[in-house]
Amino acid sequence: WDETHFGKMGSYYINRTFFFDVHPPLGKMLIGLAGYLSGYDGTFPFQKPGDRYEQHNYMGMRGFCAFLGSCLVPFAYLTVLELSKSLPAALLTAFILIFDTGCITLSQYILLDPILMFFLMGAVLSMVKYNSCADRPFSASWWIWLSLTGVNLAGAMGVKFVGLFVVLLVGLNTIYDLWDLLGNLSLSLVVFGKHLLARVLCLILLPLALYTAMFAVHFTVLNKSGPGDGFFSSAFQSQLIGNNLHNVSIPEYLAYGSVVTMKNLRMAGGYLHSHWHLYPEGIGARQQQVTAYLHKDLNNLWIIKKHDSDTADLSDPSSPVEFVRHGDIIRLEHKETSRNLHSHQHEAPLTRKHFQVTGYGINGTGDSNDFWRIEVVGRKAGKLVKVLRSQVRLTHVATGCILGSSGKTLPKWGWEQVEVTCTPYLKETPNSLWNFEDHINPKLPNISLDVLKPSFAEILLESHMVMIRGNSGLKPKDNEVTSKPWHWPINYQGLRFSGVNETDYRVYLLGNPVIWWLNLVTLGLYLLIAASTAVTLKRGVQLTSELKELSRVILHGGGQVLLGWLLHYFPFFMMGRVLYFHHYFPAMLFSSMLTGITWDTLLKFCAAFLSPSTTARKVYRAGFLALVLLIIYSFYLFHPLSYGMIGPMASDPSSPMAGLRWMDSWEF
Amino acid sequence: MLGFLKKPVVVTAEINVNVVALTVMGLISRLWGLSYPRAVVFDEVYYGQFISLYMKRIFFVDDSGPPLGHMLLALGGYLGGFDGNFLWNRIGAEYSTNVPVWSLRLLPALAGALCVPLAYQILVELQLSHCAALGAALLILFENSLITQSRFMLLESVLIFFILLAVLSYLKFYNVQRHSSFSGSWWFWLLLTGAACSCAVGVKYMGLFTYMLLLAMAGLHFWHMIGDQNISNVSLMCHFLARGLALVIIPMAMYLSFFYVHLALLYRSGPHDQIMTSAFQASLEGGLARITQGQPLEVAYGSQITLRNVLGKPVQCWLHSHTNTYPIRYENGRGSSHQQQVTCYPFKDVNNWWIVKDPGMQQLVVSNPPRPVRHGHIVQLVHGITTRYLNTHDVAAPLSPHSQEVSCYIDYNISMPAQNLWRVEILNRESDTDVWKTILSEVRFVHVNTSAVLKARGFIGASLPEWGYRQLEVVGEKLAKGYHQSMVWNVEEHRYGKSQEQKEREVELHSPTQMDISKNLSFMAKFSELQWKILTLKTEDTEHKYSSSALDWITMDTNIAYWLHPTSGAQIHLLGNVVTWTSANVAALGYVCLSLWYLIRRRRKIYDIPEGAWQLWVSAGGLCLGGWAVNYLPFFLMEKTLFLYHYLPALTFQILLIPVVLQHLSEHLCRSLLLKSMFSALIVAWFSSIYFVYRTFSPVTYGEPSLSVTELKALRWKDSWNILIRKQ
Repeated sequence: WDETHFGKMGSYYINRTFFFDVHPPLGKMLIGLAGYLSGYDGTFPFQKPGDRYEQHNYMGMRGFCAFLGSCLVPFAYLTVLELSKSLPAALLTAFILIFDTGCITLSQYILLDPILMFFLMGAVLSMVKYNSCADRPFSASWWIWLSLTGVNLAGAMGVKFVGLFVVLLVGLNTIYDLWDLLGNLSLSLVVFGKHLLARVLCLILLPLALYTAMFAVHFTVLNKSGPGDGFFSSAFQSQLIGNNLHNVSIPEYLAYGSVVTMKNLRMAGGYLHSHWHLYPEGIGARQQQVTAYLHKDLNNLWIIKKHDSDTADLSDPSSPVEFVRHGDIIRLEHKETSRNLHSHQHEAPLTRKHFQVTGYGINGTGDSNDFWRIEVVGRKAGKLVKVLRSQVRLTHVATGCILGSSGKTLPKWGWEQVEVTCTPYLKETPNSLWNFEDHINPKLPNISLDVLKPSFAEILLESHMVMIRGNSGLKPKDNEVTSKPWHWPINYQGLRFSGVNETDYRVYLLGNPVIWWLNLVTLGLYLLIAASTAVTLKRGVQLTSELKELSRVILHGGGQVLLGWLLHYFPFFMMGRVLYFHHYFPAMLFSSMLTGITWDTLLKFCAAFLSPSTTARKVYRAGFLALVLLIIYSFYLFHPLSYGMIGPMASDPSSPMAGLRWMDSWEF
Repeated sequence: MLGFLKKPVVVTAEINVNVVALTVMGLISRLWGLSYPRAVVFDEVYYGQFISLYMKRIFFVDDSGPPLGHMLLALGGYLGGFDGNFLWNRIGAEYSTNVPVWSLRLLPALAGALCVPLAYQILVELQLSHCAALGAALLILFENSLITQSRFMLLESVLIFFILLAVLSYLKFYNVQRHSSFSGSWWFWLLLTGAACSCAVGVKYMGLFTYMLLLAMAGLHFWHMIGDQNISNVSLMCHFLARGLALVIIPMAMYLSFFYVHLALLYRSGPHDQIMTSAFQASLEGGLARITQGQPLEVAYGSQITLRNVLGKPVQCWLHSHTNTYPIRYENGRGSSHQQQVTCYPFKDVNNWWIVKDPGMQQLVVSNPPRPVRHGHIVQLVHGITTRYLNTHDVAAPLSPHSQEVSCYIDYNISMPAQNLWRVEILNRESDTDVWKTILSEVRFVHVNTSAVLKARGFIGASLPEWGYRQLEVVGEKLAKGYHQSMVWNVEEHRYGKSQEQKEREVELHSPTQMDISKNLSFMAKFSELQWKILTLKTEDTEHKYSSSALDWITMDTNIAYWLHPTSGAQIHLLGNVVTWTSANVAALGYVCLSLWYLIRRRRKIYDIPEGAWQLWVSAGGLCLGGWAVNYLPFFLMEKTLFLYHYLPALTFQILLIPVVLQHLSEHLCRSLLLKSMFSALIVAWFSSIYFVYRTFSPVTYGEPSLSVTELKALRWKDSWNILIRKQ
């Protein structure tokens, strides 16, 4: 399944070829490192799920992920122990995580999620630890935990942008902490300043430095041209060995008869592209599609022609070279299909208020709608057009609109390339600016271009912009059944990891339903208990010291964990991108910790009401044992989900999973 | 008994001249020359068509919001005797004489005018001085953008009116609460809060933000009550229930009632019918109801039916077949079964008719008594005109190779047996033995041999090439994950087949259906369907010449041209009072900074201002700044097309913040007498500048007098403003 992505990216690191992914690089670098250390040579193609690994050494990478995944259990155990000071609560949490089939499955394969969750839980654990060191500030252990928090935050951010939520959690916690210190009048302002500085240093500067360093390593390691080039600007590409722009020498000024590629200046804008396919019926005129395409391709080549003269005299080698000047009226002919770039007053396929752009004409003869005025930003009339460096605008002569890329992805008929339109709104945006990237003209002398070298800060900024664009570009396609955030906590539907048919070895990512539903119920229960505790305290009811301690645990400890759950779950409702079931797992960790704390407190409350008789302890122990046994038994039932199933589907009574398909939406 | 006679009957009337004067000024400023221009101004072109539809009682769906706002506008039209006959097709079109422009524009203008005294009252209730309250009202009065927006058939002024009313009545309620709980006025203001909230939500969904703010405030105040140990548990419970009733239950009921009135008013079928389900369409007069009226309810073996795909997007379509076959080889070289095509066809056609057949019997007529088809029954579907069986098999579908091809079976004797058994699954069944009902039942057809599900792939780009006449593709979906509307069908037209012979049956299929029984949906079913459609219907993400981003609004970097006189330079723009907007921003910034300063100082136990002043500062400022934040910040998360007028509710709250900050400054920061008088002088100067700007921009606010080119150029204070200058 997704091993094909991340395994492949691990290979890219080993081969040092440049690629593009929507996630920050740390997770894939670690996978690559693990593979490198365990002797994997980066040659396995990772083409489609289900391919056999054959002799390739993949165990290192899997083992690494599985190791990080198993670290989650002790982390959660220690966190809960620290928050609730109760061994049973911590044990319960640990049992839940050990016996959850979803967590097991997710950490068994080469995926980013175990790495992300490792750093995430690490950050939470160290945050809780340094909070409990608050009584001896500036001691060695306080410093260690504080800086460890910072390191883990950087790690979480570096694996996936979801790490941002845990940064938020730690940030809120720190603000609360500082506010507390500020109210403590026994501390002088100088001491408070020290506290503030220490936190700024460890929680802001340190993670930032690490994060930047991570990208520095990323760009140093990947110095060869690879499949991700097209996503980046021309300047960026000139840094990559093997790219056609690396140490390139091309003619400096644009001339008629040149073969060029045009790149949109929008971050992650594509090349102007066309292909034999026509726009489908009902979408403007049925002429040839013109799109923006992110990859390098022969169909990106265009020939620059004069608007009024023929092809013939330009191909004649003896004729003098004529340069294109600012304000000239030109015609762009697509090299492969010999059609002209054309626009007319039909509405564009997606952006209805813009005009459609098509390829029109046969062998270069079209009509007056093929004429474009070329203008260089910030230049006067008559100046020449520079390749790569000039920012160019193409104005359609007949309608006065400007050629631009709207950034929206076309449906299947357009091969999911990006829409190109002619916008009648004359706003100055990078969407409507282009530069010439490749430039082939045998009649002109080549010059070398080293001027473009971008600084590291620019590279960092650009790669982030590209990643954010890429992330928001992962839109669900029409009619595709996608996973909705509300499916997740109820364990509505899993993810098929491998194997579809009866004879395959099938692994299905699905949480242990007993545990997940227990978590769900606990959330409601927690809210009830917390609300009643808060009201009781607010009403000023006198409590024993034991109960006071319990209510502190439930409100403060539980509150922190609940906040973590909220932060890792609710933002998904607002995301427009494609969502998957496994996005819920960080939130699930918090939910499990909450379960541990809540049940322990609940049982203790029950025991407290029964005290001081001996039944109190019995009730407490029995309740705890029942929960643990329930979890273990359910794991016994569902363990084939993660360790693989062979044989008939669960709908068949002879299957080992028969009778366990409690919801119709589960597919095993 | 007659004791009351012993005392004289006295009526004392207390008239706050301030309020009266403000109301009069508000009315003058909003109602002045209301019917000018007699032409369609900006979004009137949009709301106007709905008013016309209300007048004609024709059903429509508007995805922009709930119906109360449209109904209020239509009320104006009703009172003015509008007959709905006007073609709302372009901005700037002259109104014909039958359009009562004045009364149509009256309600929004009244609402806008009443905002002025409301602002005054709110600040008074927040315990600010009358001077500050007067200032707030004047700021609202001289705000050009609010004036422009309330003078036309637009909803923002109505929304702002209800929002302010809700805030005011909550504050009144809260102040009454201090001395007399559960008194008459206590109940009145509490109920009014709920009612105003639901009206605000009913006008535009933006009202939800303020509703949430008030709920949060009510929650906070109640939380403080919990801490008060003088209140018994029982009375606490009563308080809680009263608030729940007035602030949650009643608003919900009112919201429902808006839809009830809406649906009661609009009973004729109209242009948006096809978005709704067949059941809904059948409940409207005309349209589908005319056809389906009197159809038999229960589908039986032998029934002749048309099957509509429930998705209905982008076009509604019916299961269809015709004599043409799939090409032997597609363009990309894949092969097909070469059997008869099955498609989904967006038009009514005789080829949309299918006959439900019992696999065990040969006959194609309904027996007497009819044997109804139930959930789980296995049926065959016979195409009426060609009498071929609906079939699917393990052949890749023409456009989506991952799914199975669906065809009408032709026996070519090439070891491709017929696989034409389908299991009927009724999705909205109440029990497992439910009968398949016309229109009402949502049905899934599961293929018995392969368990594929019949599915229409009805989005743009899924239409078949020339050989399939560009009809939509129908496939058997093997991996039917969960529920998706494209896999659900319902019977639309239905009759019991009577003719045994193929020739007779063709005649029968061509004849229109008629029979007995009519059915009606309950109000709740209609409401939930309409509500769901309003929330999920996505109009195309359009770009507009005057659309702007939320960030442009604070600094007013954008404007909207509402109307331009066809010959002269007279024009109307949505353009705010620059001084007010700037001072509102400064006030908000100042409030935040000062609050942080006070907060941190208080944390260190340094009290700069008396406790009462601090409470006032927090409560008044918190409300105004909170109102601004909840009405503004959510727009950063929205993906729809945004316009400057979306900012007006937030702006209103922000304007209310100015006097709060000013009063605080003059009372607590200007300590010497000299400073105080200087401050007052400054305020006076500032107010005159606001009035000056209001006067300067009033030609583009009211649309008259017409300005010359140089005057217009002089008005263009910001380069990003789009003032229309006619070329000579």
